[in-house]
Amino acid sequence: MKFGVVVFPGSNCDYDTFHVLQNVMGQETVFLWHKEHDLQRVDCVVLPGGFSYGDYLRSGAIARFSPIMREVKKFAESGGLVLGICNGFQILLEAGLLPGAMLRNKNLKFLCQHVHIRIENNRTAFSQAGYKGQVLKIPIAHFDGNYYAPPDLLSELEKNKQIIFRYCDEKGKLSEEANVNGSAHSIAGLINRDGNVLGMMPHPERASEKILGSEDGQVIFRSMINYLEKKMGSGKKKAVRLVKPPVSPLPPLIGTF
Amino acid sequence: MKVRILVSLKESVLDPQGQTVRNALHTLGYNQVKDVRQGKVFEIELEGLGRAEAEKLIPEIADRVLANPIIEKFSWEIMET
Repeated sequence: MKFGVVVFPGSNCDYDTFHVLQNVMGQETVFLWHKEHDLQRVDCVVLPGGFSYGDYLRSGAIARFSPIMREVKKFAESGGLVLGICNGFQILLEAGLLPGAMLRNKNLKFLCQHVHIRIENNRTAFSQAGYKGQVLKIPIAHFDGNYYAPPDLLSELEKNKQIIFRYCDEKGKLSEEANVNGSAHSIAGLINRDGNVLGMMPHPERASEKILGSEDGQVIFRSMINYLEKKMGSGKKKAVRLVKPPVSPLPPLIGTF
Repeated sequence: MKVRILVSLKESVLDPQGQTVRNALHTLGYNQVKDVRQGKVFEIELEGLGRAEAEKLIPEIADRVLANPIIEKFSWEIMET
């Protein structure tokens, strides 16, 4: 499968995401510069974490006007798989590809720590390699991750099972304490109505190798690869390449800001 | 033409920054301060359009870009023409 990692000025998890997709998950991966108009025929677009445009105005508010976002929007609307991580999630909200908005964390602190999230719905392209109720240990690093949606939208999200991950404790129990940033309904990750766009605040790319303390983030990437392989009709092949491929160097970034 | 646009969180949205400022003011003894809501100010200079056009354009850019209508509201005034 071919993955595209979008690079905005201020993205800082682009290389981590690229590394995990290429060197850990063994997938063809390319960078997509924010000024480009071409998605290079990728099967999946990832909007990585960081501080696109310095978080000026609101997190993700400026990035949504980047040329590449028009293509990402078209891609998403035609059923393409889009994953937004952290700042990528914020961009998807600002772009209207996911509903709701982000507020400052409830304690007004930048939170950079490992958290636990629970899989609420594993019947999606992003969570099918996990099971319902599974607890994943994945880090967060954000200032604006306090998910907000008006009450009627929240009940709609619940009803449609669009909430994919919730903050919980290590045993999978929800609590105010475990909901570190104060998100409505403890929402850590959410999917669109069609099921092809996921936004999540935790960073799966920072938890996909043992040396980093957790491999739980692989559940998300493996789910997407499984989904795409099935969709492309190559499901008969071994679903996931478990043998670690040789580490190839990451390409340098081309382009000026 | 100079325009000032105020963007702040809707009343229905919790404003922890405003609350923190209020608490700080209380610590200093300003107990008359009942509530604080924090927001943003944009001072924009427009050219090449009349007042009627400006009155159409300002809410458009405020709604599309400057404010996130899900959580924020805005107001505006023309400072000088």
